[in-house]
Amino acid sequence: MIVAGAERILVQGITGRQGTYWSERMQAYGTRIVAGVNPKKANTRHCGVPVYASAGEAMRETGFDLAVQFIPPLGVKAASQDAIEAGCRRLVILTEHVPVHDVMEVLAMARANGAAVVGPNTAGLVTPGACFVGFMPAFESGIFRPGRVGVISRSGSLGTLICLNLVQAGFGQSAFIGIGGDPIVGTTTRDALAQLDADARTDAVVIVGEIGGAMEEDAADYARAMSKPVVAFIAGSAAPAGKKMGHAGAIVMGDKGTHASKRAALEAAGALVLDTPSGVGPALRAALG
Amino acid sequence: MNFEEHAAKPLLHAAGISVPRGQLARSAGEAEDAAAQLGVPVVVKAQVPAGKRAKAGGIRAADDPRAAHDAATAILGLEIAGHRVASVLVEERAEIAAECYAAVLGDAASKGPLVMFSPEGGVDVEEIAATAPDRLRRMQVDILQGFDVGAARAMLAGLGLGAAEEPVAKTLAALYRAWRENDAELLEVNPLARLADGRLAALDCKLTLDDSGVPRRQALAAIGSPEPLTALEERARALGLSYIELDGDIGVLANGAGLTMTTMDVIAHHGGRSANFLEIGGAAYTKARPALELVLDNPRVRCLLVNFCGAFARTDVMVAGMLDAWAALGPAIPVFFSVHGTGSAEARAMLRERLGVDPYETMDEAIAAAVAAAGHAGGAP
Repeated sequence: MIVAGAERILVQGITGRQGTYWSERMQAYGTRIVAGVNPKKANTRHCGVPVYASAGEAMRETGFDLAVQFIPPLGVKAASQDAIEAGCRRLVILTEHVPVHDVMEVLAMARANGAAVVGPNTAGLVTPGACFVGFMPAFESGIFRPGRVGVISRSGSLGTLICLNLVQAGFGQSAFIGIGGDPIVGTTTRDALAQLDADARTDAVVIVGEIGGAMEEDAADYARAMSKPVVAFIAGSAAPAGKKMGHAGAIVMGDKGTHASKRAALEAAGALVLDTPSGVGPALRAALG
Repeated sequence: MNFEEHAAKPLLHAAGISVPRGQLARSAGEAEDAAAQLGVPVVVKAQVPAGKRAKAGGIRAADDPRAAHDAATAILGLEIAGHRVASVLVEERAEIAAECYAAVLGDAASKGPLVMFSPEGGVDVEEIAATAPDRLRRMQVDILQGFDVGAARAMLAGLGLGAAEEPVAKTLAALYRAWRENDAELLEVNPLARLADGRLAALDCKLTLDDSGVPRRQALAAIGSPEPLTALEERARALGLSYIELDGDIGVLANGAGLTMTTMDVIAHHGGRSANFLEIGGAAYTKARPALELVLDNPRVRCLLVNFCGAFARTDVMVAGMLDAWAALGPAIPVFFSVHGTGSAEARAMLRERLGVDPYETMDEAIAAAVAAAGHAGGAP
């Protein structure tokens, strides 16, 4: 999912501490927040926009194109259902520790209603120079600057480091797509890769992956037929098997989800796999000529 | 969170799936009593939250209470997959006619539930998939529709189960219900036995509870088997810090899971070994002092690497906390900083002023220096 900047954004949980802090920063950057939701503070204003009791009400009153949630884990399912039933087409779920059964239900509801979901457990989306949705530091010019490299990341902190390395090497980003660190997410590495492949503003893609699951292998299957260069860094090569490394999805089970498997799949598809994030600039320079 | 067999089986029973009668025993004497009370030939099974118990000598048949005593004596105290056996399940021995495989899990590829069944069970699902792939049925379920006996029948069609098809279909529907009602990641019955008298019985049960589901499954979680933790990991858990003790000598403090993992990777890339995974991003950055204490209390730590890349959390705030902790604790080991991103100009100025050090320009330089220092401290070249 790439945000263009014209989208009308609904913030679910806008009145909370994090919701307020990041809504203000998103607005300052140019993100078009049109309304917020908090059933207990309906009919008030917050961050300069109206607060409604539900996403349904917000849709009727102001309309919106994308909803982003600052909602605690056990509230995500109801908030998502509210947004999807209101006709929301794009939903960004930032929350970590959402029960996986709830995630599956939300994704099934979204599928049935034609809505796209990013997350959960993501730092969000950035289109440098246009807007951001979530809590990435889009406003830090040393990390994000407009450019032509698309970045897909399962991790906010590591995605930030890669973006910083890109800027230090003289590159900028066309889009940052934080897909999230959970084992089951709405937008997979492959989905994001296909979107960046089709994006005319993107010349090359950096995949920031992690051990666990098979998303990188699946993305490699897509990358095989791409003409845009793909560079990847996969975190967790030194992680012990059977331990969850901070993210719920970052765990090697037996011989599944290993760094070696992801590296082999990506390399077989013609992608360049880095040993360290600082290699991203030179790799792209070589790939783009 | 994983569960021992005796803790998981009541879920099956509650869902209407037949399980053998059994009793948990914590000593050979208790095992003998249990076998006497059951009054039939039994199986004595090591209770650990891990598979492959039979191969490790953790499952023994016993024809009478005395034999159950001996079996328990042999099993108790074994170490199986890193777990010391502290109890055994003494269970009525079933007359097995055939062994099937049944499981429900959350499938990342289809982003929904997956029900699996094979009439060839009793071995790992990987082995079933390799040796009899056409007999392993996999059905993706729409979680909004659920999975009932009718769906189960459709899934089993063509397997030639005969009279067993209906009870298997009922069992699969019940298994799905139990999976759904308990926030399970995985609920597996292997073997699901067809008994000599035609009935079905779940002879084993593997349950993995979704860690994110624990807040609403407290009663279930209370009988689960938490990961065995080291003393330092116990302390970290009490502090709400994400800490994993490793066997290297470079202490690691970084923000965010992805960056922390990457720090460990780049340490290994430069030939070093991390002493720990410790993520202090998000709200945890306020816990700089207990976090630093944790890292330093590992006696293997020879130097410290601090790697902050500010995004959501500001590096100047994180570094200020770290410098306060450093001043209070006064450790006698070298420390190497890599500080980038939000607030890094202020953070770098602070490091120069208060510690008289310049952070390295790149993460790789800081890590290479830490690796060299760890080697030097150990007398290695």
